[in-house]
Parts: sequence; structure tokens; C-alpha cells
Amino acid sequence: MTRTPFVIRFCNATPKSGWIALGIFAAIAMLLLPALHLVLPPEHPLHVSAYVITLGGKIMCYAIVAVAMDLIWGHAGILSLGHGLFFALGGYVFGMYLMRQIGRDGSYQSDLPDFMVFLDWKELPWYWAGSDSFLWSLALVLIVPALIAYVFGYFAFRSRIKGVYFSIITQALTFAAMLLFFRNETGFGGNNGFTDFKRILGYGVTTPEMRVTLFALTALVLMATLLLGRYLVTAKFGRVLAAIRDSESRVMFLGYNPLHYKLAIWTLSAMLCAVAGALYVPQVGIINPGEMSPANSIEIAIWVAVGGRGTLIGPVIGAAIVNLSKSYFTMAFPEYWLFFLGALFVGVTLWLPDGVVGLWKRIQARRVA
Amino acid sequence: MNAVTENRHDQEWLGGTSIGHLKRHGEVDLSHRVILYLEDISVSFDGFKALNNLHLTIDAGELRCIIGPNGAGKTTMMDVITGKTRSDAGRCFFGQTIDLSTLSEAEIAHAGIGRKFQKPTIFENLSVFENLELALKTDKRARVSLFAWLGDDQRDKITDTLKQIRLDKGVGGADRPAGLLSHGQKQWLEIGMLLMQDPKLLLLDEPVAGMTDDETERTAELFKSLAGKHSLVVVEHDMAFIEQLGGKVTVLHEGAVLAEGDLATVQNDERVIEVYLGR
Amino acid sequence: MAERLRLRRVPFRLGTARRRNCGVSRRATSADFSRPEMKTMRHLFITLFCWLSFSAHAAVDPALLAQLAAEESDDKIAAIQAIAASADPAALQILQSLSAGTLTAPDGGEIMLNNRIRAELANALAGLRLVDADPAVRRAAAQELQSNVGLEMAPLLARALEKESDAEIHALLTAAYAQASLTSPDPAVRLAAVTALGASPSRSARNLLLPLTTASGEPDKGVRSAASQSLKAVEAKLAIGETLGRIFTGLSLGSILLLAALGLAITYGVMGVINMAHGELLMVGAYATYAVQGLFRTYLPGWVDAYVIAAIPVAFFAAAAVGILLERTVIRHLYGRPLETLLATWGLSLILIQAARVIFGAQNVELANPSWMSGGVTLMAGLVLPWNRIAIIGFSLFVLALVWLLMNRTRLGMFVRAVTQNRPMAGCVGVPTARIDTLAFGLGAGIAGLGGVALSQIANVGPDMGQGYIVDSFMVVVLGGVGQLAGAVWAALGLGVVTKFLEGWSGAVIAKIAVLVFIIVFIQKRPQGLFALKGRFVES
Repeated sequence: MTRTPFVIRFCNATPKSGWIALGIFAAIAMLLLPALHLVLPPEHPLHVSAYVITLGGKIMCYAIVAVAMDLIWGHAGILSLGHGLFFALGGYVFGMYLMRQIGRDGSYQSDLPDFMVFLDWKELPWYWAGSDSFLWSLALVLIVPALIAYVFGYFAFRSRIKGVYFSIITQALTFAAMLLFFRNETGFGGNNGFTDFKRILGYGVTTPEMRVTLFALTALVLMATLLLGRYLVTAKFGRVLAAIRDSESRVMFLGYNPLHYKLAIWTLSAMLCAVAGALYVPQVGIINPGEMSPANSIEIAIWVAVGGRGTLIGPVIGAAIVNLSKSYFTMAFPEYWLFFLGALFVGVTLWLPDGVVGLWKRIQARRVA
Repeated sequence: MNAVTENRHDQEWLGGTSIGHLKRHGEVDLSHRVILYLEDISVSFDGFKALNNLHLTIDAGELRCIIGPNGAGKTTMMDVITGKTRSDAGRCFFGQTIDLSTLSEAEIAHAGIGRKFQKPTIFENLSVFENLELALKTDKRARVSLFAWLGDDQRDKITDTLKQIRLDKGVGGADRPAGLLSHGQKQWLEIGMLLMQDPKLLLLDEPVAGMTDDETERTAELFKSLAGKHSLVVVEHDMAFIEQLGGKVTVLHEGAVLAEGDLATVQNDERVIEVYLGR
Repeated sequence: MAERLRLRRVPFRLGTARRRNCGVSRRATSADFSRPEMKTMRHLFITLFCWLSFSAHAAVDPALLAQLAAEESDDKIAAIQAIAASADPAALQILQSLSAGTLTAPDGGEIMLNNRIRAELANALAGLRLVDADPAVRRAAAQELQSNVGLEMAPLLARALEKESDAEIHALLTAAYAQASLTSPDPAVRLAAVTALGASPSRSARNLLLPLTTASGEPDKGVRSAASQSLKAVEAKLAIGETLGRIFTGLSLGSILLLAALGLAITYGVMGVINMAHGELLMVGAYATYAVQGLFRTYLPGWVDAYVIAAIPVAFFAAAAVGILLERTVIRHLYGRPLETLLATWGLSLILIQAARVIFGAQNVELANPSWMSGGVTLMAGLVLPWNRIAIIGFSLFVLALVWLLMNRTRLGMFVRAVTQNRPMAGCVGVPTARIDTLAFGLGAGIAGLGGVALSQIANVGPDMGQGYIVDSFMVVVLGGVGQLAGAVWAALGLGVVTKFLEGWSGAVIAKIAVLVFIIVFIQKRPQGLFALKGRFVES
């Protein structure tokens, strides 16, 4: 029996058209847009403004979260209403590093972050240890959410909590975490969270160069996430997940332990969210407990639903559609945004169960027929 | 998995009792020629005794039919064997050494017990081929599945089974979604999945429901060919099918064994007639 | 005599009200008020005294009255204390008019009162009101004396104690008396007081006793040890009161949860969907209550206290109508897709919240408790049961009884139970499952509306008030087991009490997290809830 090398299998997981699309996307996001932002003067008609770059970076962060959500919901059939927690945790962990990078440039000119001075704390709490190290912070961005997701998932999946039970409990989880982070004593800045970031690795956060670097990095992570997701769902692992979604007990009687499969995809999904959160915070410049609100988490699900579940690319499209319309609505008619969002939730579930991608496929099928 | 080790184990089973390697793959101690012991099994649901001091032993290679009126405890018995339901009392052993009450469903399946449900449960959103692929006897840990790739011999095995259950032809062949199959085809697919698992003991809950007479006959042939190498426990209501199978018959009633013997003896048993026909 | 009486601004109260034996007609007096020549009259004080001595049975020493107009504050205080100590109705009248500023000095000038005198006067008045015929007045007076009472009040309190028959007032008086006696120089008196305080547990008693356990606070050793003993007794009793109080608030929280969860349990049981807009149905009920209150204020101001009663059916039908609308337009089409239903109903909840914002404004609206719901019952020291919470507990029990009757004694209930247990079979035997879905959903929504009425009486009414309740009420359903009325009751009340206890212990946030962890652990052990249906049909 001949074994195909892993790299080739990985590459084969994505079809040729997918690689071409990725290539085009990479060229635009990592070369064209940064160049248009940096090189062209602001008055030039083709100049890409800082607003566009930031909005684009933000939406790509959301897209990563949406893909992570699609892995767990679209492919494993587990609807998490608490993914905002992992996103926010990633943001908070990296935010800690950013807060330490402010150094003595805060309003109190202290070694401690401003909010700690304000609370009259004399030294950093133990869990802030090492937060001034970039690499340690990056490691924690992955470790902390993974650990929390693993422990929570272990107990939840072990007792076979599924369906709406699981969804509601994840919602309760993020709600409880939000309450915890709202408290000043928790040591994460209370309801103001972290803001006023100055530097990453000594370079200014608000410089155009840093902006396009973060933008390109986000694009890179998004592409990597898509490739990884694509590989996972085409591997046998993905088929077992689909099987668990269809009939968990059958999978057990075939000799698979669904716990490990679910736990693996759940933890991975949480880690992807955390990475997105860590990329999000320096671009947007703020992280606060509001990111953990149940409403935020459930909105992630609607990005996935709008784009199309179980398609990986759909969630990226969905995240872009919903967030662009959010930016538009909240500026143009703020009071109607919630009506629109609510109608989106209802409309998509009623009439577009497979989202935009499903609609596209249906139209194509009709054209062929 | 590893074919060489497995063969070694095959020879070892006949050797003698060995304790302490319960989870080693493919190892069931059959030194007493008995593959399944159920002793004093009781299960009650809110006071209702689904199983009441049930005693049952299945010999290695035997084909056993279980009949009984509705509510006799047939499905509950299968639930207990496969770990879906835990018994309140009693002991349930697979071979001489494997205590099934301590294992999870997946571990029991791994130990070599395959089950077909009353209602065909297959993965409707996967293709027929993928259904069989997942059932294939192999390392089923999540870590391994990330890098698992079908070898040529495994592909051949799946193709053979596809032919055997006659799902290789027709529109879409093995690539059609399993959800589109007819009820009888689903039954076959599930039997096919059992075959892929290559279990020591097969538990089959009403395997021919929804099949045509022709298909029923083929099923009976298949089961008879499996007996000997595998042990089979078949729950059925279809007496003609049981007659075709021809094995020993056990009658369950109110969670306990009422009668045991070949079909003719059982059918003439006074108590069985009473239970089935009423007074 | 009455003509000589000179009253400034307002006639003092006895002038119009308490003139029974006086022999002077009421008409004459009221006519006299405005006569200009009255203003020139002197010697008022003496005549006032004469008149008083007629009207009242006991006498007040005229010298004391004169002393009230003395220059020195100390003299005035002494006079006030002396008058008060006489403990007769006339003294009360005099002091009241003094306090109201309607009493003038014998020379016609104002009697000047400074803050020290006023405080003394208030105390004295409270002491005098202790012997009032009306128990409500006596209770108020006794409560007033709880905070600040001096040794000079002791005889008065002792006298009041002898006469007092009402147990509650007696307890208050005992505490006040003990407090007054604590300032006595005689250790024996103090000892008696300390012992008495031990028998009347209250926070003020604890605060009084606390300093007496140290050598600097109490020189006498015997009194000290008695004080620490009494302190222990008081604290033990206070702890009991506090515990009972927590159980009570827990129960009232639990009964709100119960009202929220009952509806959810019905819809979840029947349709297998979690309605994320369920909290918003509570909000609909609360706003319906608000609207009814507005109508009553405008059209039936005399009956405003009854608005809560009228709001009950209005809220029920308003929420039920919204619920039926949701079921007919959206939820019905998502049957068998529980996760999508979760999202769709969340969308509905967003729409409902925004609609409430547009209609009623983003701010919380103000709802007043009807007067019969304000105040509370004092069961023991440190334990006051507010009427609104008592009413809510009673109300939820009432709703529970109704639901139980509906589910177990009516045809609709039987259908609902049938669909809950086996939908296809129920359909086969002719239960109109689609209509049952709608009705059950309407019923669940209506009960949520009733929950909104209850909630409006103890919490803020605003557009997002319902958001926090969906998780909690779902937890109740999970804990109690689906379709189990008894389970829901135990789970709701238990969760309420446990939450309140944890809150008292560790703060609201930690309590929330602890409850969540508890539920996850609980599901590990009993995945089917407290009152589980067992059997092989359950898992499919």
C-alpha cells in the first residue's frame, strides 16, 4: 500500500479554484491595499483610507471567528452561543501585553496600567506575570482559551449535553464571564476594559505601517484558517464529525468515542476565535466586557447562517455582509439596525437555510438545468 | 489495524484464561466456548421491570434468535449488552474476562460487539461509501483520524462489502447520499456497516423489517454464512425468517427467559402459546 | 375663657378637635380666631392653663408652663422633661402645640426653640404618644424612641410598659427602656437593662451591647459579662432572622423564575424548542401592566390601587397574543430544527426589544406599587417581609395551581401532555397537533406575561428587562426535567433560594457562576433533571 505524503494530501484538500481565489485574495490584501494606503497621498482618488483598512481588518477578524464557528456548528452540529467569550479572552490576553507596552506613558505615569493605579493597587496581580513578554502573551492567547474550552467541553460533552442544552449553557458561560469581567476586582479594567494602546514590540500601534502589517497578518491568518478548516473537513476526522452530527449513538456503537472528536474541534474552534480576538484588539484599539455579551456571541451564528453553514467560505461572506450592513445602518439609521438584524435572524432561518452560498448553488443548478 | 498481531491473538484466545489485558485489541477469552454471559440482569424504569433476573449465554459461533411479545425486554437487553443502559443488578461478561458493565459504548464496540438498531441508523448526510468507511475496523482515535488515509486493501474491502449488500450499482452508486436510500437498502447498508466492523458478536434488532421476501431470504443466507466465524443474536418477529435461520430460539417474556430450544419445540411450548395468544 | 385664647397661624389641634368637656362651643372658638382685638390680649398663658385644666383630667403645673418661656434653654428643657414626665393628655397637647409653634409665651412673644430643645421636645412627644389610645400611634412612637432615648425617659417608658398589651409594641418598648436605663449610673439598673436587651433582638440592641463588652465601655464586670452573653443571644437570633429573610427573598425570586419557567417548560415540552424571545414576553406583560396603570391614572384615579388586578388578564392576553403571532408566523415553520429556532426567536426578541424602545422609549418606565402592596410584615427582628414579595409568591402559587388544573383536569391539558410525550402518536389518535402547538405556545406566552406583571412590582420595567431571564428559566427547566410541573417548582424555588444565599455569601457574580457550575455538575449526574422520566423512549 502506498501512502500519499501529508503535504500533498493537505494541498489536495482544497481544489484548484480555491487556491487561485486564495492567491488573488492574498495579492489584494497583502500587497495592493497596503500599497494604496501607504504609498499614495491621502488626496489621491485611489488612496485607501485608514478607516477602510481598519474596517477591513476588523471584518477579517470576524471572518476568522465565523469560520471557527462554522467548524463547530456547520460541520459538527454543535451550536455554541458562547464563542464571543473565546474571542474576548484572546483579545484580553493580548490586551494585557498592550497595556504593559504603554509603560509609563499612561495618565498616571506609573509602571502599572492606569486602571490599577486608579484602584490603588500597588503591584500587578499574579496572573499578569509575564504579560510584558510578547512571546509569552502569544502563547497565552492560545493556551488560556484552549484550557477553558477544553475543561468546559470535557464536562459538557462527557455528560452528552447537546442541542439546545449545550447552546444555552454556552450562553450562560459567556454571560457569567461577562459579569466577572465587569467587576473591577477581577483585574481587567472593569467595564472600561483596556484601551489607549501605544505600542507593539516598541512600534507605534496607530502608525500606518503597523496598521497595514496587522491588516496583512489578519488576512494571512484568515487564509490559514480556511486551509486548515478545509483540510480538517475533508480528512476522515471531518467525516466522523459529520457522522456525529447525524447520529451520535451510531458513531459510538461503531467504536468511536465522540467525546474526543467533539472536544478536539471545540477546542480548536475556541483557539481560532482567540487568535482573531488578539488580532482584533490592536486594530480596534479597545477591548471591554461588552465583547462577551450573549448578544455578540449569537450574532456570530447569524454571520455563519447568512453565508451558509458547512461551507467554510460562506461564513466569511456572511461576516462581511452582516458587518458591512451594520456599519452602514448604525451610521445611517441607528434605530433600525436592531429591526434589520432581527429580521435577518428570522428571514435567513426561514427562507435561506443554506445561506448565500446555498442560494448561489441553487441559482447555478437552475441555470444548468 | 495490524494484521499480524491480530492473528497472533486469534491463536492465543484458544490458549486459556488470561486476565489483565482487557483492552488489547481483538482479544476475547473464549476458553469456555461462550462469548456472552448475562447473569441475573435486572433493569427497572420507575418501578417497571424491563429485565427481571435475565439469564442468557451465547456460545461462540452460535446463531441465536430471540423472540418475545412487545415489552418483553428484547431491546433493553441489547441496550444493556452495548452499554447504552446500565443494569441495576447482575453481571454481563463478554468472553471470560471482559466485564461489559465497566466499559463505555465505544469501548464495547471496540471489544468486538456490533449492533444493528431496530430503526436503521445510518449517516444520512454521508455517502454510502463513507458510511462503510467509517465503520471499517481500524484505529478510531480522533488523533489518528486527522491523518488517516484509506489504503488500497481497505478500499478493496469496502468495494467487496458494497457488492455483497448490492449497493454498488444504481443511480450514483456508492457515492449517493445514504439518506436517499429506501428503507430496505438502509437496512442492508447498516448490515454492511456491521460487516465492516468485523465484530465477534453481532446484535441484530429486527434486521429484515421493511425488506422484500427476496431480500429477507438473502439476509438469512448471509447470516447463516456468518455464523461459525461470528456469533449472532437476532431479534425478530418474522417467524418465517427465524425458521430460515434455523438456530436455537430463546423466548423472552416480562424481562426473563420463558423458553429455549429449537423453533418447533418452542412453538409447541404451552407457556409460549399462552403468552403469545393470551388465555 | 376661649375669647382670650390667642392662636397664631393655625389653631392648635386641640382647639378644634378635642374640646369635648370644655363647655365652650366650637362655633365660638372658630369665630374668635380672626377677631382683631384678640391680638391685644395678654395673660394668655395662664388662661390657657385654666382652660386646659378644665379640658383635661389631670393637671399640669402652671409653673412649668411658665418655665417653657424661660430665657435659658436648659430651663426650657427641664420644663419639657417635667411636663412629659407627668404623662397626661394635657401635657401632650401643650408639647404638640409648642412643637408646632402655635403656643405663645405669657407675654405674647414667640417661644424660641433651638435644635437642642427641638430634639428634646421630639423625644418627649414620642414618650407621651406612647400612651395614646391608638396602637398605630404607640407603635410609631416606640419606633421613634428606638434610636435615641435618654435616662429621663425611663420612668415614662416603665409606665408605658405596664399598660402596653400589644406584644410587638411591648418588645419595642422593652428595647427603648433598656436603652434608657443603660445610661443609669446604678450598675444594677444597667444589668437589668442588658439582660432585657438580650431578650429583644434587634440591630440597635446589638449596637448598644457591643461597646458594653469592653472595659472602656462598661466599668462593671458583672454587667460586662451579662452584656456579652446578651450579645451572643441577640446575634444568634439576628442570624436566624437574616437566614429566614434570605430564604424569603430567595422564594420570591424563585417564584418569578417559576412564572418565567412554567411557560418555557410548556413550550419546550410540547414543541422541543427554546423560545429565546420568552424573556421579551415577560417584558410585554410588564409593559401591559404599565399601560393599564396609565389608563387607571387617567380614567379611574380613584381605583388606581386596583390596576394590578386589572393588569393580570390584560398582560396574559397581550403576551399570549404576541406568542401566538410568533408561533404562527415563524416558529411553526421551523419545526424539527431546534437550533435554527433558537436563532430565529433570538431575532424576534431583538425586534420586540426595539419595538418596545420605539413605543415606550429607551428609558425604564415608572410603575408604582399599589398602596396595599407597600410596607411589609415584621415577623421578628431583622425580618421584614415586604407585601409586594408576599403578593408575588401568592400570585405564582395561584398561577401554578391554575396551570396544574389546566394540564391535569382539562382536555386541552391532556392533549398538551399527549403531544409532549409522543407527537406522532398523538397526531395519529386525532389530536390536532398544530392547533395544540399554537394554543400551548399562547398559554406559555400568557404565563410569561403574568410573570411580567409580577416582575413589574419588584424590578425595573425597561426594554431589555427580559434578557436576563431566558438563561435562568432554562436552567429551571433543565433542573426540573422537561414536562415536569413538580420538578419546575422545586427547581425554581431551590434555584432562587440557593442564588440568594450565595449572593449574601459571595456577591452576585460569583453566585451566578457557582449556580452555573452546579448545574453543569448536576447534569453530569442526572441528565434528565430532578424528576426524570426513565425508559428507553426518553433518549430517542
